[in-house]
Amino acid sequence: MGLKDKLHNISEKTKGTNWETTFGAIHTLFYTPKETTHSGGHLRGADDLKRTMTNVILPLIPVLIFAMFNVGFQQDVAINGFPEGMSFFSGDFWNFDNFSVGALKLLPLIIVSYVIGLGIEVIFATINKHEVEEGYFVTGMLVPLIVPIDTPLWMLAVAVIFGVVIGKEVFGGTGMNILNPALTIRAFLFFAYPTWMSGDKVWVTGAKAMQGTPDAISGETILGSLAQGKEFVYSTWDMFYGFVPGSVGETSALLILLGGLYLIFTKVGSWRIMLSAVVGALVMGLIFNAVVDAGWINEGSKFYSLMSTEFWHHLLIGGLAFGIVFMATDPVTASQTNKGKWIYGFLIGFISILIRVFNPAYPEGVMLAILLMNVFAPTIDHYIVQGNVKKRLKRLKAKTA
Amino acid sequence: MSKDIRIKKGLDIKLKGESEKVTENAISSNVYTLRPEDFHSIIPKLSIKVGAKLKAGEAVLFNKANEEMKFSSPVSGEVIDIIRGEKRKILAVKIQADKEQQFFDFGAKDPKTMKADAIKSHLLAAGCWPFIMQRPYAVIANPTKTPKAIFVSGYASSPLAADYDYVLAGKEKELQAAVTALSKLTSGEVHVSVGEKSNSPLSVLSDITLHKVSGPHPSGNVGTQIAQIDPINKGEVVWTVAPQDLVIIGELLLTGKFNAERIIALAGSFVTSPKYYKTKIGSSISSIVDGKLNEGNSRIISGNVLTGTTQNLKGVLGYYNNMVTVIPEGDDYEFFGWTIPVFNKISTSRALTFSWLFPNKKFDLNTNTNGEHRAFVVTGNYEDVFPLDIFPMQILKSCMYKDLDEMEQLGMYEVAPEDFALTEFVCVSKQPHQEIIRKGLDLMLKEIG
Repeated sequence: MGLKDKLHNISEKTKGTNWETTFGAIHTLFYTPKETTHSGGHLRGADDLKRTMTNVILPLIPVLIFAMFNVGFQQDVAINGFPEGMSFFSGDFWNFDNFSVGALKLLPLIIVSYVIGLGIEVIFATINKHEVEEGYFVTGMLVPLIVPIDTPLWMLAVAVIFGVVIGKEVFGGTGMNILNPALTIRAFLFFAYPTWMSGDKVWVTGAKAMQGTPDAISGETILGSLAQGKEFVYSTWDMFYGFVPGSVGETSALLILLGGLYLIFTKVGSWRIMLSAVVGALVMGLIFNAVVDAGWINEGSKFYSLMSTEFWHHLLIGGLAFGIVFMATDPVTASQTNKGKWIYGFLIGFISILIRVFNPAYPEGVMLAILLMNVFAPTIDHYIVQGNVKKRLKRLKAKTA
Repeated sequence: MSKDIRIKKGLDIKLKGESEKVTENAISSNVYTLRPEDFHSIIPKLSIKVGAKLKAGEAVLFNKANEEMKFSSPVSGEVIDIIRGEKRKILAVKIQADKEQQFFDFGAKDPKTMKADAIKSHLLAAGCWPFIMQRPYAVIANPTKTPKAIFVSGYASSPLAADYDYVLAGKEKELQAAVTALSKLTSGEVHVSVGEKSNSPLSVLSDITLHKVSGPHPSGNVGTQIAQIDPINKGEVVWTVAPQDLVIIGELLLTGKFNAERIIALAGSFVTSPKYYKTKIGSSISSIVDGKLNEGNSRIISGNVLTGTTQNLKGVLGYYNNMVTVIPEGDDYEFFGWTIPVFNKISTSRALTFSWLFPNKKFDLNTNTNGEHRAFVVTGNYEDVFPLDIFPMQILKSCMYKDLDEMEQLGMYEVAPEDFALTEFVCVSKQPHQEIIRKGLDLMLKEIG
């Protein structure tokens, strides 16, 4: 008896019991069900939600592997100094020491994120008697990539519980939530444990533990340096490749760009949102550059260094690129109409840079910008849909008049 | 005013098993069946009892709400069985056919000289009225209303569809009589559409406005054409008739006989040699497919793969269908079906699905849903295959939470379930779109009327 028959027999046995949901989730991981069409059309397309979600995870895997190397690399840099003029394939970066340091730090984060998050999903699915939905596949991968590397595991666990229960399940689960669950988790961490989420001690693994010792190390993100008007050593290419400190997965603009292109090519991610968000960020950057050029703000201002940052550098620094490609495009929390997506994306880019410049205490604006626009997305859609409704009424009026 | 209709949004589902343009006579069925479920939202009453002898065209059922609307026997013969379900609902009326067919004579008419009322009562009495459908609500037309226009789509774009140019060839006289009669029933025009490069007999008719249609499915759906030519507003009614039914209406007018004969396509990858067959409404499926199918587990569909109804060998050719499709049943598990690259199925995404590499390949699809039912998650993919100026996901959701005002505002008067067949096909969450729309329309019909 093959695996197929064995699993089929178990699924027959669990039918109607509390284990049906849990086993169903495992069963469908191995085999797509033998369910056939019952109503309406007799054929269905090849894509299901599992396939869509895996295709969001695929471009995240290079980002994750890069992050593992970068975690080790940043620790090395903090101790031994930054090797300047590195090419993308430099051996200073891609070596086993770096990888092992990073992998040992990152794997527990990933495991905690998935075990806790999927556990909650399974519990809710069992209580509500529906299938385990795939939303957390992606959330669970995003969460470790958007937190600082030294985030304690218990803290992550608490945040995941909050994010999944309050951010998603209370609304009815995948497809019903208003806020992006991954960002809800990030926001919870940020507001509950701010000292672990910003400053110059959290971006390099071990920095916090060594604080106050003679060997103390630190690493500031580029945004952090800019917000405080400090100099930094990284070249534009370093920023593009991602050899810089930051949240685990946000640093490599190159891999995020490739991931974004993959999402657009596969039609899994909305190109409208990505493009308009990039445009929005560039427009805001240009406005600030113009303000600086016009001399309205001088070097003494605390906003000066971020405002004078060349407008397109904003796309390379901080989590903006990651947010635009992997967070803003979440179809459930984004605007759901094609026209609305243009507005939604544009405002995310625009507001991200706005917050970034005017909020030196926490210069990463993209998280708040996306959460804000998540809240406004239904409103945007409402007006777009009303436009269609009005067109229909107008047609009727033209007829009767 | 003629108008060319070009559709860009849509999807041609190219399947194996297209019918070869050869027509054979199907074996004549012994027993013919009328199924009231074909006549959506009608409550049928019996005109006859078991044992009654009928001529072809004599009424078997009538509409409880409008007693003049008759549903005729497709053949002459004896009523042998009336099958009832719960609450004595009539499920089927079976008629054993005579060897020699006799037609009830309704009298030949000249539609040119007839008045609208005379045409209406003639069609109602002879059982030809059920061929006329109306929108809003996608049900049999209400004869007390006057439609603002009548639409006939002579272009079949659905998968493996019977080619209208072929099945209508030589029927010019019947078609002409039918459209002339219809043109008296509307305050507006009779809009007839044909394919861009077609030599359809429909294109030579008078008393019509001709439109040329091009583009992928659903360009041939009458709903798509209505939206392009003269969209339905609140309070307006349009009627639609399928071309194969025009032939029956036309023959009634010309000869006085209700002749339920039609040429149907037998298609699909499970058919050994797909061809056209001459048969009658209500024929048993086995009289059409016996000995013509491959071995194995198949699904027999009366109609096309997007909108047809599931039948088995004991089933019946539906009242409105002009094809029978047989495709493989997909009731088997697929190992890692959700993640392995897919080459043998159609997808509109490129998420490790590669049908975009082969735009002209013909696929052998089965009835597997390729995944489980989920909440709506993905957005924007319906719009790519949905040419109407309506927000598909929003209107589906409004049907699900039964907000009548919102359904009306979003355009429910303009749609029929078949318009949502493609969004249903591409739906990642495997939601039953056509069923949702049908239930929504039924609710509106009940509450608003």
